[in-house]
Order: sequence, then C-alpha cells, then structure tokens
Amino acid sequence: MAEVILRKVVKRFDQTEAVRSIDLDIADEEFVVLVGPSGCGKSTTLRMIAGLEETSAGEILIGGQVVNDLPPKDRDIAMVFQNYALYPHMTVFENMSFGLRLKKFPKAEIKRRVEHAARILDITELLDRRPRQLSGGQRQRVAMGRAIVRNPKVFLFDEPLSNLDAKLRVQMRTEIKKVHQQVRTTTIYVTHDQVEAMTLADRVVVMNGGRIEQIGTPHELYHAPRTRFVAGFIGSPAMNFIPCRLIEDSGRVSVKLGDALVLPVPSERFGAYQPYLGRELVLGLRPEHVTEARSYGAGAEFTIPANVVEPMGMETMVYFTVAGTEVCARVSPESAVAPGERMRFMADMRHMHLIDVETDGIVAVPVHNFGAKAAVS
Amino acid sequence: MDDSIRRVLTSPSIAAPAQPALRPRGNLYRLARRRSTVAFLFATPLLLVVIGLIIYPGLYAIYLSLLNKSMTRFIGLGNYRFLFTRDTFWMVVEQSTIFAVTAVIFKAIIGVITAHLVNNLPSKGQRKWRGMLLVPWVIPLSLSTLCWWWMFDPTYSAFNWLLVRLGGPHIAWLSDPFWARFCTILVNVWFGSPFFLIMYLAALKSVPEQLYEAASIDGANAWQKFIHITLPMMRNIIAITVLFSLIVTFANYDIVRVLTSGGPYNTTHIFATWAFNVGITSGDIPLGAAVSFFMFPIMGASAIFILRGVRKRGREI
Amino acid sequence: MTADAAAIAAPRPRFFGSLSRNRRWALVTSYVCLVLFAIFFLAPPYYTIVTASKTSAEISNQNTVPWLPALPPTAENIDTLWNKTDFPLYLRNTVVVTLCVVAITMVVSVPAAFALGRMRFWGSSILATGVFLTYLVPETLLFIPLFKILGWLGLLDSYWSLVLVYPTLTVPFCTWIMIGYFQSIPKELDEAALIDGANHLQMLFKIFIPVALPGLIAATIFAFTVSWADFVYPMAFIFSSDQQVLTAGTVTTLVKGDVYQWGMIMTAAMIAAAPPLVVYAFLMDYYIAGLTAGATKG
Repeated sequence: MAEVILRKVVKRFDQTEAVRSIDLDIADEEFVVLVGPSGCGKSTTLRMIAGLEETSAGEILIGGQVVNDLPPKDRDIAMVFQNYALYPHMTVFENMSFGLRLKKFPKAEIKRRVEHAARILDITELLDRRPRQLSGGQRQRVAMGRAIVRNPKVFLFDEPLSNLDAKLRVQMRTEIKKVHQQVRTTTIYVTHDQVEAMTLADRVVVMNGGRIEQIGTPHELYHAPRTRFVAGFIGSPAMNFIPCRLIEDSGRVSVKLGDALVLPVPSERFGAYQPYLGRELVLGLRPEHVTEARSYGAGAEFTIPANVVEPMGMETMVYFTVAGTEVCARVSPESAVAPGERMRFMADMRHMHLIDVETDGIVAVPVHNFGAKAAVS
Repeated sequence: MDDSIRRVLTSPSIAAPAQPALRPRGNLYRLARRRSTVAFLFATPLLLVVIGLIIYPGLYAIYLSLLNKSMTRFIGLGNYRFLFTRDTFWMVVEQSTIFAVTAVIFKAIIGVITAHLVNNLPSKGQRKWRGMLLVPWVIPLSLSTLCWWWMFDPTYSAFNWLLVRLGGPHIAWLSDPFWARFCTILVNVWFGSPFFLIMYLAALKSVPEQLYEAASIDGANAWQKFIHITLPMMRNIIAITVLFSLIVTFANYDIVRVLTSGGPYNTTHIFATWAFNVGITSGDIPLGAAVSFFMFPIMGASAIFILRGVRKRGREI
Repeated sequence: MTADAAAIAAPRPRFFGSLSRNRRWALVTSYVCLVLFAIFFLAPPYYTIVTASKTSAEISNQNTVPWLPALPPTAENIDTLWNKTDFPLYLRNTVVVTLCVVAITMVVSVPAAFALGRMRFWGSSILATGVFLTYLVPETLLFIPLFKILGWLGLLDSYWSLVLVYPTLTVPFCTWIMIGYFQSIPKELDEAALIDGANHLQMLFKIFIPVALPGLIAATIFAFTVSWADFVYPMAFIFSSDQQVLTAGTVTTLVKGDVYQWGMIMTAAMIAAAPPLVVYAFLMDYYIAGLTAGATKG
C-alpha cells in the first residue's frame, strides 16, 4: 500500500516560508499533479517527499510510515528530474540498472527488469547507447525507465517535460499516461503547465505562495473553482474577470457591467447571491462561454464593437472592452466581424462565477450537473 | 508608385550628385585588407617569439648536444654515450623519476581531499578558505623554498625545536640523503597541492547537483557517489592535471637548487639542476644540453596524452 | 493539540539552522581537517614573517621560541637590507623587467589570440595547438641553448636578457587564455560590428578587449607573477649583483659566507614575495580564473 500523506508540512528557508503548512492525502495508485506558478512551493514539496529537502515542521508518511528522518534511498521512491539527470558516462542499460546494482540485485533479475521497462517505454534499441547520443524525448524515457525499474512505492516527477519542445511535450504526456495505466504506481507530478495537470491527473492540487488553493479533479477545478486564483489559473485562454455589481429588479438579480451592460443571473442562484447585492464584485466568465449569438442555448445577448480579432483556424478569438476591461470571446470563424465593427455576442450565464473582491474567493452556489459533482464549500 | 512622383524623383535637378571618380585600387591594397592577411599580421609577433625563442633554441640544443666540450667538432652521440656510463647520471634519472612521481601522487591526493573538504562548506565560506589554501602557490617558489631551508637549518631548525620538545629525535634534514629527498618532495607537494585543489574544486562544481540527487534516490551512500559519479565525471580533469604536473615537476629547478644544491653527494639532483651544474657552472655546454634532453621523452609522451585528454573533454559530456 | 502534534509543530533547534545531525558532524570534521591543512600551507609564510621580526641576536638565542615573533619587530633587518646590500637594485631591476615583459606579452598575445581565436585563416587551429604545445616546453630545457644565444647577442649579465627571454614563459599561456576568452564571445558581435563599418583593429579595441576584460586581467596577472618569480633564467644569465633580480639575488648574494643572516634574508624574502601576494589578495578571482583556464606550473 503506497498512499502518501502530508500533515501540516512546513518548509522554511532562513526567514521565509516556502511551504506554509499543507495537508495532503494521496491514495494508492493515484496520479496527483501539483500545479502552480513559479515559486509556489510545489517543487519544494516534492523534494521534501523525496527526502532531498528537510521538512521544517510537519510529517510526511509513505505507505503508512513516517519518513521525515529517512534518507531518500530508504524511502522506496523513484524520481524523474527536469534535466533528466542521466549519468553521462554510463550506457542507458547501466543508467537504468544503477539503483539495482547498488542494492546488489542478481544480474538476471536486473536484466529482466530493465528489459521489461525498456519494452514499456519503447527504448529497447537504445540500451547500449550513451545519453549524449539520445534526443531529449529519448533521454526522458530513459529517466522514466530508471524509475520504473526500481519498482518503488511512489513515482515523483519534477517538471519532466519543461525542457522539451511543444510537439514532443504532447507526445510524452500521452506516454506518461500510458505508463501510469500499465504500471499502477502512486504518482506525484509537479508542473507549472495547467494543460499537463488537467490531462494527466486524477486529482490536481493547485498551489500558490506556499499554500494549497484547491484540491480537486480536473473537472471540479474547471467548473467549480473556489478562488479567483484557481479560476484564472486553470483553462486557456484564461477566464475573463470583469468588475461588476449585483443589482435587483423586481425579484430578479442581474449583473451590471460598467454603465450599460446588464446580464441576467440564473434563477437558482438568487438565494446564494442575495447577501452580495450592491457590493463591488468581479464577474468571472471563460472565453468559451462568451460566444457569438446562437439560436439555441440560453445565453444573454448583447452587442459590442470588437477591438482585436485573432483567427485560430478552428475558432476565432474576438476581444472587446466592457467596464474598462478587455474581454476575450471564442466565436466560430464564420460569425467573426472585422475589427471595429459591432458584433452580437452571447454569454452563457450558467457558467458565471462571482468573485468577492475582499476575499478573492468565489461565491459558492448550489450543485450544477455538468456531468460530475461540483465541490460545495 | 504614383506616376507624378516618379517623374519628379528622376528629374535631373533632383538626381543624386555625381560621385567623384574613384581612385583605382591596386592589388596590394586589396591584399592588405583581406581578413587572412590581417590575421596573419596579428599573429606574426607570436610566431616570432615562438620560433625564435622556443623552437630555434630547442633545435639548437639538439645540435649542441652533439658537439664536444669546447664546441669545436661534431662528436655525434658521444655525450650521450658518456652519460650512460656515469653513475651520477643514473642516480639523477632515478631521483628525478621518484621525485616527480611521488610528488604528483601526493599532490593529487591532497588536492582531491582538500577540494572535497572545501566543497562541503557553505558557499560563503568557500572563498575564504580557498584563498587561504592557495597561498603557497602565489609566493615565488625560490623565496618560499628559502624559508623551508631555514626551517630545516641544521642548528636552528624550527621543526627540530618542536620534535625535541615532543620527545623525538633531532633530524638532519638536509644532510641525510633520505631526509634530503623527503624534504625536496615535501616542498614540492606544499607548493603544488593548491593548484590541484583549485582544478579539482572547479571540476567538482561542474558536476550537476541533480546527478547526486538522482544517485541518492537510487540508493547510493556518500562513498558510492564518489566512486560512481564524482570520479568518472572528473576523470578527464584528473588526467590532464596529473600529466601537466608531471611535466612541470619533472623539470623543476628552484626547490633542489635552493634547498640542497643537489647534495648531499648528488643524492637530490634532478635533471634540471644537474644540467645546470654540468652545463653552466662547469662550463660543459654540450654535455649539459645532452642531460636536459632526457627530460624530453617523458614530457613528450605526457604532452600527447594531455592533448588527447583536452580534446576529449569537450566531446565527452 | 495532542503531545505528538505539538512536538511536530515545534521548530527544530536553531544552531546550524536546519541541518540534520549527520550534516553537522560532517561539517565539523571538514573544518577540523581544513584547519590542519591551513596550518600546513601557511606555516612557512608565517615563519618568514616571524623570523623577519627578529634581530640576529634573537634568532641565534636558543632559548626563545622560534615560532613566536619578537614584539616589537626589529627595524634592523630592513635597515641592513636597504642600505647595506644591493637589495634596492634587485627590486628596481625586477620591477623594470616585469613591467616590460608584461607589456610585451600583452602586445604579442592579445592580437595573436584574436587572430587565432576568431579570424579563421589557413592553419589557425594548427597554430593554436602549436602554441599550446610550446607552453609545455620547460625553461630548464631551453636555458642552455639560450645561454649561448644570449652570449652572441651580448646580453649576458644584463637584465635585458630577461626582458627578451621571459616572454617565452608568458606568451604561450597568455595567448591560450585569451583565445579561450575571445572564442566565448558570441559570433553575432562580429557581424554587428562589421555591419556598423568597423575594421578589424577597431573591432579588437572597441569591442573584444572590453568584453574579454576579465581574461585580459587574468592574463596580465599571470604574466606578472611568472616574470616576478622566475629563478632559473636569472641564475643562468646574470652574474653581477647590480643586474640581478629579486629571486636569484636573495638566494645567491644575500646568502653568502659562513654566517647566514637569516633575519635579513627572511625580510628580503618577505618583501620580495609581497607584490604577488598583494595582487592575489585583491584580484583573487581573476588569478584563479587564469589558472583554471588551462593548467600551469604546479
């Protein structure tokens, strides 16, 4: 059983706290991604789990055992580094078998394990080569092979795809997912790329400034973010944030943007939003929920001149200004207008989020059914 | 372009003023401005120094070694044959080799140890310690050897003062053959270890920290990390440094000359000092040239290996 | 909070910060060993200063501790050194020789390194390797033929012989260092300068030398140190005391006769060793950069 538990883990460097008391429960065989901007503490957390950094406070348990005082080699973990960290003077075979050789495994067993891992990763022809003869993607696979061969309780990945070019990154992402399906080991994966997080993870841990902002499945994070940070971090292009006010008119609550634009709020939310009437708030709406006016769907329509138009092929991004803020809309290419012309947009208000400016939290609303349970705070 | 505009631009009154007639550029001028010519000019003084003061004397030395003592006639390998018969010559060969090899081994070991010790310190302190430990290398060797000579003085030796007070014997540092050789090697090790320290420290720092972390996770302890990661990664630097040092130690003059002048009874003479004695002090220049020539094979071989090592260093990692 | 949780939440002991017991142990051992090595390396210079502070009487007095200096230090040694020996002449000669040699070395090495390192021409890489190889030819191999050659040129027994000959020690390595530094400058700078209309000399002076300044400093320090400290050539080529330089002079002329005046000798050694040490103290990083740029004596 290889669950990983972090209890009130803190990391201090001199006077600054890089990780501020985080709690995390990772189940056996789960693929968890720690995601966040640079400096949020995700790598530090990973390194504490690995034993490469000492914890300033708190407990880390792997497989039920407290490992704070154990050196990395006794924690039964394997790690894949951003720069691969392959031993340059050893062949691929020797790189992958290094850990086993240190533990004096019998040669036959080493051979069996290395060849098995090589087959999973499709690097069997590379076993006799040296790292400098390999491409970036191949090196990354060797690094993964080195981890697989050890048969550890936990896999740790530290931004392994950051050094690869965009196309290779997409390929390797799929590889990693495939490997996880075959070798069902608990995996903790660190990245700053939210697309990686969303595509790979069973659950995502969004971190910011040393704290956990939210833990949830990709679906939860996308549809029901709890803070402004998570809402703006997940999803590309990023969510639109427009300053607004809640107004009420004969029992119906609406959102007023700037001076003129008023958008209706879905009726099931009236109760939750009542306490926020009259306050300064921020409306969050993803670009994919601001589209061209369609005949189907229940959106609020409005007309506004377009500023910038960016054709992307499959869709076109149209930017316009509301309440002094630039808003991004994803429209179908046929409906896009030329810059400067007025266009009819539609906002799908079922996907709106309301952000309380004082707490930067998102006002909680009753459960939606977009295909999965949303978090209720 | 608009027709009217084009017409205006090409009308004679606005056309560009006529260029003054160009002077014909000769071939010599063009040659002088060519890149390779300029490069060659830049390199010429260097070539003069190298050819005139290194290569030419080198070849001249070969020629000299084939002459008789008064340099009047050619005697072929006579000097060399003469040397092979002299006991002193074989002593010098043996002493030079022992001196060079022993000193280099100890310098390398001390260098590796001190480099690791300094590398283990927090980075702020490293600079200070590195600075302190490099001092022997900075002081002119002949002057520091003078101090060592004073510390080995038969009557006033500061070491004997300590030894006697600790209950040990009074050692005749420079008049006993064994101890005299010991002292020359000791001074050379003292002088040369800092160089190894600096080179190895730089090499240690060039090993990426992540390799050690990966090894930690793979289960290696400190000793295993040293054997499997540090040493292989530093292999080239170690080889180059050792070979360089072999050359330089082999050809050393200052230490033996100041400390013992080759004594007692020629037991500390090495090639450089003996060649000086024979060639300049005793005035037999051809013989001296022949003696210094024996330094050549070892240095030549080392130089070849160094070159290969330097070329490999770039390619390996 | 339970007792366990309280213990967990308490911060680790403050001394040595967040180091575990193992790391602390290793650090202490490291410091102890380093102190021992430091004693070994610094004992002779220390002893030099100690001896220089004593008069001859104090030195020959067997009852004093040789390792402790005399306080206050005596001025007798410096007085004798300065007024009754040729030491001031040695100093002057050394300064002249060193300055000239450093100048010559820079003038020869820098353009050559520029040509070999950046201006590709036929044979440039062979020449660069050749230069490196000549650095490996030691002075103790060349001093005998040079003795004869200098005799022809009538330069024997003059410190100008050193000015002629020292560049053989400095130029190859300085060229080598500078080639490395010049090569590390990105190619785009060349091309930008060419487009801006610079000729090669202008490129050298206005762009490359300023950018490769650390290398220049390292090379200058190297040339200075080598010229100041050389011993073989002055011993071989100079016989009169008034032409001699510090290293050979201190060893031969001051150490004569039956009674060595160690106080004076050590004072001479101390003064003579001071300039390289001062340069080192202020420019240590350049010094070390020069070292690691290749490999050198030692």
